[in-house]
Amino acid sequence: MCTQIYSEVISVTKECKKGDWVEIHYIVLEARERTGDIPEDTQKVPLECWIKGWAVEEGSLGEKITIETPAHRHVEGTLTRINPEYTHTFGPYARELSTIGEELRKALKEGN
Amino acid sequence: MARDTSYDAVMERRAEIMSKALGLDYDEFVISDIAFDYEGMMERAGYSLEEVRKIQAEAGVGNTPLLELRNITDLVRQTSKKGYGARILVKDEAANPSGSFKDRRASVSIYHAKKLGYPGVLAATSGNYVAAVASQAARKNLGVLTLQEVFDSRHVGQPEIIEKSRKCEAYGAEVVQLTVGPELFYVSLILLEETGYFNASLYSPFGISGVETLGYELIEQVRSKYGKDPAYVVVTHAGGGNVTGTARGVLKAGAKATKIIGASVDLSGLHMASDNDFNKKSFTTGHTGFGVPFATWPDRTDVPKNAARPLRYLDRYVTVTQGEVFYVTEALAQVEGLERGPAGNTSLAAAIALARELPEDEIVVVQETEYTGAGKHPWAQLDFAKQNGIIVKRGDPKENVPGKNIVIPEDFSQISITEMDLNRMRRSYIRNAVERNKVEIVTEKDIQFLAEDTKTVAEFVISILRDLGVNL
Repeated sequence: MCTQIYSEVISVTKECKKGDWVEIHYIVLEARERTGDIPEDTQKVPLECWIKGWAVEEGSLGEKITIETPAHRHVEGTLTRINPEYTHTFGPYARELSTIGEELRKALKEGN
Repeated sequence: MARDTSYDAVMERRAEIMSKALGLDYDEFVISDIAFDYEGMMERAGYSLEEVRKIQAEAGVGNTPLLELRNITDLVRQTSKKGYGARILVKDEAANPSGSFKDRRASVSIYHAKKLGYPGVLAATSGNYVAAVASQAARKNLGVLTLQEVFDSRHVGQPEIIEKSRKCEAYGAEVVQLTVGPELFYVSLILLEETGYFNASLYSPFGISGVETLGYELIEQVRSKYGKDPAYVVVTHAGGGNVTGTARGVLKAGAKATKIIGASVDLSGLHMASDNDFNKKSFTTGHTGFGVPFATWPDRTDVPKNAARPLRYLDRYVTVTQGEVFYVTEALAQVEGLERGPAGNTSLAAAIALARELPEDEIVVVQETEYTGAGKHPWAQLDFAKQNGIIVKRGDPKENVPGKNIVIPEDFSQISITEMDLNRMRRSYIRNAVERNKVEIVTEKDIQFLAEDTKTVAEFVISILRDLGVNL
């Protein structure tokens, strides 16, 4: 599945230790703080942010925690994932593309 | 005392932050509100072709192979009138360290940042450029912070962009993932101020001079193998840097008759800053949603004067559909043995239609490929489209409606281009230059600049200015 709501990916562990690789979330701008120069649908929702880094303290999912990012910044946010993994894939078989190769090889053969 | 990071306060400081983060004073190139010394900026602020070649050789960038697509050329000739169907060559830019031509752009920016003593670099984009910056920064032991627009408000992200986040992390970068919105720029200003990093902007003279080698190399390669210049160089067009850098390189190689043709995926009707539309497109770059606004108003970016100015160089600008690009991506893998793209194959789709216009002895160069990976793959992208309510089917690409369907051609002969009206875009640019700079009277110097910036002549600019009711 490519359409993945990342916040719904269940972490196996609910608590992180200092030094664990984790993801945090925070709101950058609430909907009312957004610039006027954007489409209406975007105006209605907050600008959100997710960052990964190493936990500098213990924490539980849903709690505030500070991380140190790979660029050595200390950032505070809500702990959303512990040991976050990438789940994007090459995708399932695409029927709409599957015969193109054969069609073109046939055309090349007939053309010669 | 902590700095005020409210939106208004940060935007108020934008000029100061940007100037510090680029180490470049644009004021010395300013001639008037409209005109500036573009060539002077490229010469004095950027790097010469020779310098760039040296920087890139050390960075492991460039000198990519130029491959002849024999089977695709055969298929073009089968679907052209007799004696027509130019030879199609492709510059295999996926052979660069991070898998795209963007390494050329990043290598020069990172070299410059290191030379000026910045502790790290920041890149704000969801395209291949972030991966290129992360890769090049890793080679130079510089810190790297990347900023990407990844998710809609449901927290659903394009597989192609998720892959770009992964790649950046693989190179040791910090990845800041945001939901949709132009305020990404505001966040980038906060981060530049906080870290003191170099702004590895896509639009600085350093980045653009890095792409010149691509145009220069391909002309050298075509000449040495085929003893002539290509009739067309087809360039996937988004923000304008690919077109600008490549065209400058082609010109520096002296290929004056070679036409520069920009190609974008048609995403007309989809708003790039819309939360709803964000995941209704399968292409996150190389599309008209960037191609048109960046050509008609280049100075909308994160630098005071954009070094990427596509209308200065474009001879033609054409569009293709998402379905056609997926089709040629499959064709490239199946009959040429090159699994690349998909987004980078936009120019290949256009080149197939363009090659049919030319006699068999002419040459058309597709100037880039890009890496393929999980998420950045036709199956992943078509699956994502279907899950976001897009109809995917084989059929006539003319039925294409961006955001509603993806029509994969039923036959190779159906691949075609739609010509964009460049004069209309030039007019739109000239209007923007006057209105956005709040200019009351346009001088002779402005007219000369606008003519150069639109690849036209003074008479053309004057007629449009008169039409717009501007005082001359």
